[in-house]
Amino acid sequence: MSDVVEKTLTALPGLFESQTGAAKITNRLRQLIKSITELTSKHEEENLIKRELSAIKEQVSSPNTTMKQMREIMVRAMYCEMLGYDASFTYIHAIKLAQQGGVLEKRVGYLAVSLFLNEGHELLLLLVNTVLKDLQSTNLIEVCMALTVVAQVFPKDMIPAVLPLVEDKLSHPKEIIRRKAVLALYKFYLIAPNQVQHIHAKFCKALSDKDPGVMASSLHIYLQLIRESPDSYKDLTGSFVTILKQVLGGKLPVDFNYHSVPAPWLQIQLLRILSLLGKEDQSTSELMYEVLDESLRRAEMNHNITYAILYECVKAVYTIHPKAELLEKAARCIGNFVLSPKINLKYLGLKALTYVVQHDAKLALQHQMTIIECLDHSDFTIKRETLELLFRITNAQNVTVIVEKMLDFLRSCNDEHTIIHLIGKVAELAEKFAPDNSWFIQTMNDVFSIGGDLLQQDVPNNFLRLLAEGSESKEEDDQLRLYAVESYLTVLKGHTSHLPQCFLQVMSWVLGEYAHLQESVDRREVIRLLTQLLDQRSVSSETRVWILSALTKIPEGQTDLILDLAESLSSSQDTVLRQQAQELRHLSQDSQLREWVLPRGAPWDGIEVDSSLSFLDGFVSEALAAGAAPYKPPHQRQEELCEDRALNLEPYSFSLPVSLSSCSITDRQSPTLLSVSSGLSGNSAELSQKAGSSTLILEGVKRVWGKDGYLPQKEATAPPVDEPSAAVQPASQQEAAERIEPRPEPSTQNQDKQQLASSLFVGLGVGSSVSLLGKSEAPPPRFRKKPRPHESSSSSGTSKRSSDSSSHSSRNTTDSFLYGSFPEEEPATSISTFDHTPKSTTANGLSQNKDTKEDRHANTSQILGGDMVIVRPSTIQDKHPPSVSSDLTALLPADLKDLPHSDVISLTSDPSLSLSSCRLFRDEALLLVIFISNCTETVIKDVAVQLTCEELKTASLRGNVMDCLEARSTSVCHYALLMDDPHTNVSLTGTVSYQTQPGHTNTLPFSGTLSTADFIRPLVVTTEEYGKLWLSLSHDVKQNLKLLTDAGDPLRTTLNALKDALQLHVVDIIGSEGIVACRLLSGAPCLLHCRVNGAALAMWLRSPHPALPDFILYHCQRALAHH
Amino acid sequence: MQFMLLFSRQGKLRLQKWYVPLSDKEKKKITRELVQTVLARKPKMCSFLEWRDLKIVYKRYASLYFCCAIEDQDNELITLEIIHRYVELLDKYFGSVCELDIIFNFEKAYFILDEFLLGGEAQETSKKNVLKAIEQADLLQENFSSQSPHNCLSTP
Repeated sequence: MSDVVEKTLTALPGLFESQTGAAKITNRLRQLIKSITELTSKHEEENLIKRELSAIKEQVSSPNTTMKQMREIMVRAMYCEMLGYDASFTYIHAIKLAQQGGVLEKRVGYLAVSLFLNEGHELLLLLVNTVLKDLQSTNLIEVCMALTVVAQVFPKDMIPAVLPLVEDKLSHPKEIIRRKAVLALYKFYLIAPNQVQHIHAKFCKALSDKDPGVMASSLHIYLQLIRESPDSYKDLTGSFVTILKQVLGGKLPVDFNYHSVPAPWLQIQLLRILSLLGKEDQSTSELMYEVLDESLRRAEMNHNITYAILYECVKAVYTIHPKAELLEKAARCIGNFVLSPKINLKYLGLKALTYVVQHDAKLALQHQMTIIECLDHSDFTIKRETLELLFRITNAQNVTVIVEKMLDFLRSCNDEHTIIHLIGKVAELAEKFAPDNSWFIQTMNDVFSIGGDLLQQDVPNNFLRLLAEGSESKEEDDQLRLYAVESYLTVLKGHTSHLPQCFLQVMSWVLGEYAHLQESVDRREVIRLLTQLLDQRSVSSETRVWILSALTKIPEGQTDLILDLAESLSSSQDTVLRQQAQELRHLSQDSQLREWVLPRGAPWDGIEVDSSLSFLDGFVSEALAAGAAPYKPPHQRQEELCEDRALNLEPYSFSLPVSLSSCSITDRQSPTLLSVSSGLSGNSAELSQKAGSSTLILEGVKRVWGKDGYLPQKEATAPPVDEPSAAVQPASQQEAAERIEPRPEPSTQNQDKQQLASSLFVGLGVGSSVSLLGKSEAPPPRFRKKPRPHESSSSSGTSKRSSDSSSHSSRNTTDSFLYGSFPEEEPATSISTFDHTPKSTTANGLSQNKDTKEDRHANTSQILGGDMVIVRPSTIQDKHPPSVSSDLTALLPADLKDLPHSDVISLTSDPSLSLSSCRLFRDEALLLVIFISNCTETVIKDVAVQLTCEELKTASLRGNVMDCLEARSTSVCHYALLMDDPHTNVSLTGTVSYQTQPGHTNTLPFSGTLSTADFIRPLVVTTEEYGKLWLSLSHDVKQNLKLLTDAGDPLRTTLNALKDALQLHVVDIIGSEGIVACRLLSGAPCLLHCRVNGAALAMWLRSPHPALPDFILYHCQRALAHH
Repeated sequence: MQFMLLFSRQGKLRLQKWYVPLSDKEKKKITRELVQTVLARKPKMCSFLEWRDLKIVYKRYASLYFCCAIEDQDNELITLEIIHRYVELLDKYFGSVCELDIIFNFEKAYFILDEFLLGGEAQETSKKNVLKAIEQADLLQENFSSQSPHNCLSTP
């Protein structure tokens, strides 16, 4: 705004003198603000605010502080909070101020409350009485303040307490009170719609209020109500139209004008309501044609506010039942937006077009040159909106150009949300309109490499499904697959380290499945390329599984390669990989088994994953009939435990086993019944409550069998259908477009733009018969998916697919992809034929732990200190005994030197590299420092450390990848590890990979364990605080421990021993009792209460975390036993 | 409207009003991200920004940025005018408002905002009515404090 005079901070001194009357600043606040502006660094600001906050803390807790002072303090506290500092200790005082202060203080108190507290904050309960009192006050200002706060933050549960009072205010003589009351009710409606249902009649009264402000406020409620159920409010259409007419006719007081436009906010609100009411309703729409026409006509002035109204009006015209004349006018309006030199209007023009082209694609044609210009606009927002528009007008003829533009944009974009959003659209377009196979595969390659691991899981899944299911013609399918195989082989021959995991997974699946189609390709080459991927450190373990599955599927004949691979993997750290290597070995040796497990070319839509486990139904019903309790999921059990405490008001219900056995045993062969009964066993408890009505709940259960036998799946056949075209488009519209169509001759510099335009807008022109989007003239989509029995999401593939169902289906497909075409019957047996590891992936963590323990037994001599265990390949173990150099700690970065740390222990070593580690205890994390020493006289290149631990979170890591490590030098890398849930011991595994000669990568595995004790930090509290905290904690454990009696004061000695071993904080020792506190990093606290009980120490632990006391107790026991 | 932020060219927050319940951590994160993004935009660019699933509407007045977050179906232009009307109100109240007025009297700026927008919706769009309401409350404060010397403001 030009009339706002810019004053800069240089005017600061002058301002202080000029401060008078109206703008009084309290001394302290002014001082605070002034000194902050004088500061130069963030650090200084922090110190200042810290001092300020402690001064405030002192003042608020002093009994001598008057309300007036409290008001100043509160303003200062609000200021500190705004700067981002925590002043939560003042919250309660804000409430007190609103409660006890005079009007002056109350106003600040209420403001502070509304700024400080969220809707759900528990302190808000304390405000309820104050609000009640003020709502009944005779002082208008107080009532206003109370209503203002109620309309902003109010606890949902307490609405009934104030509701009658707020309702009364709807008939208050003062309009400001009525207005605020209406908005308070609006707020109530938003957070608890049920509670205000009964006052709809009063809303109606507010709508007809004589004060325009009150009426306008009531529209917020109506907009919300009508959005939810437009049909119930159709009868109000007339009233809304009348109001809009009055507004347009200038019947409102001049006060409501904004830049000489009458009540624009009111107009926009009404237009929105009308468009909701007129949507897909011809008779209601007819009521509003006249007023919409008038709105379009009236908004002539060239000001933002008129454009705001016009925009809403255009949207309304295109939302309601169409009328030719209005559409024409609205289309012209859009032209004004799009052609405007003002960038904001241009943006809205594009947005309107995006909305409108769904009804009339030709409109885009009129503005093609503008659209082309916007496509190259320097503003990101404009560009993105243009692409959105192009997405809507894509057809088979312009798809290549548009997709190219979208991909160009995505390559230069680094906003995650935008990438995820747009890349999905590219994939959708590619699938719908691909002109040929090579383009499609190439585009999908781009999608995978740009979208990377941000991609929604359904993009790769849809793509693979499309490849796998194919269309009617097998020949075409095979060609597409061939292209894919060829393309991927080329990709894999290039640099692969930058490729996203999801792309690698797609490639390995396709190669595994279809590499045999390509006769000319050497199988050995495929195997080599895939094996190469396995060696890459950037490849995640999930991808490795995909790659191995692919290798399993590549046909026999290359046994030597496969056996080599299986051999090299059989010593892998990863149990899943080891298991797969075993499978690989078995299958490559037994071609008959392989033929049975992985039948080549089997139609895989035959596979149906029975996620309901209905094959167990017989077992379940037998068990139930034998009197077993029906299965309840854990959460349900929990709920019922709670319910049990209340009175049961339900009448006696049928017992479940009876109803179940009767329904499931009647016809075992019927899948419907079987899956019904499996549904029963899943939700049995819910059912038993409703059993009075004795109806089966068939929701969510697929009906495959009917009375007459198998039901053909009709609804799943969903060919990619476009938006139902605007068949209603009147002829005059077309003529209008024709009139505009002949464009001026292109000037030379515009030639390429024209060319681009012709390629972008091809297929939309009037000349060609394809004038509307998605009409039947459009060539049929290239890839038509076969109907699938358990396809849960339609293949039209809009991005608005229900995420639930798609994620469900995608999980199913991934499962089945991994195992290519496993025979459906008895998947269990086919796995159990591999006798080596009967447990599959689920047992992963467990068996890994076991392995580490076994390793530890084998290497007991190597336990060096702490809990670190060294696992090294036994071949080099003898040649290079671990050498632990104590001076390594000198290499710690300066900022870490002062932290308490453990001894340095050797992790692993080989002739060229040795690794040692050291644990540093930081308050909020455990730092694991790994020293990597080059023992040779030459430079070692490409050193990379990779550490995995499932139980811990890595908060940060530094220095784990080095380009080169000089001879005889040591590099330091450190990981900050967090433990969210306690475990007794967690095992770490890792590898370090390096190159001594180019192209020759060595890997050196290492592993170790960390104990919970490493993550325990002292919790420094006073005895009082301890007492308070003790009472608030719920989970407790009691146990007697050994008391160390070898010194004079057994209790003190024992506690000190524990303190040394576990970093506990001894809060206090009183007589024969001691209290100790600690926490898990900066997380859950644990309080220990110790009492000498004869020769034992009675330990009582409490924590908010259910498992933490057990682990701490375990470590205490160990520490005392070792003492 | 989901929230409104006022910040300076230097990225200092001057006012924040949240109409949706969010945790302090989220608020801080959003503020940091938005301030950065908005400050990085060039003056000739449009005042709208697609950000996460929200739309950001911002406008710069002198050294101060006014920034509102609205939902996708909301009208961007009218939001710009809401910002403008708020600036007009501040201008009228303070008499040619500048950033310093808002820094030193931020609670007043909040009072005015609360009279204009309530719970994220326009409450009263008439400039006269909003200012009348504020003045009445101010006036009452003055009377109240002059009646009882105990509550007299300590003048600097």
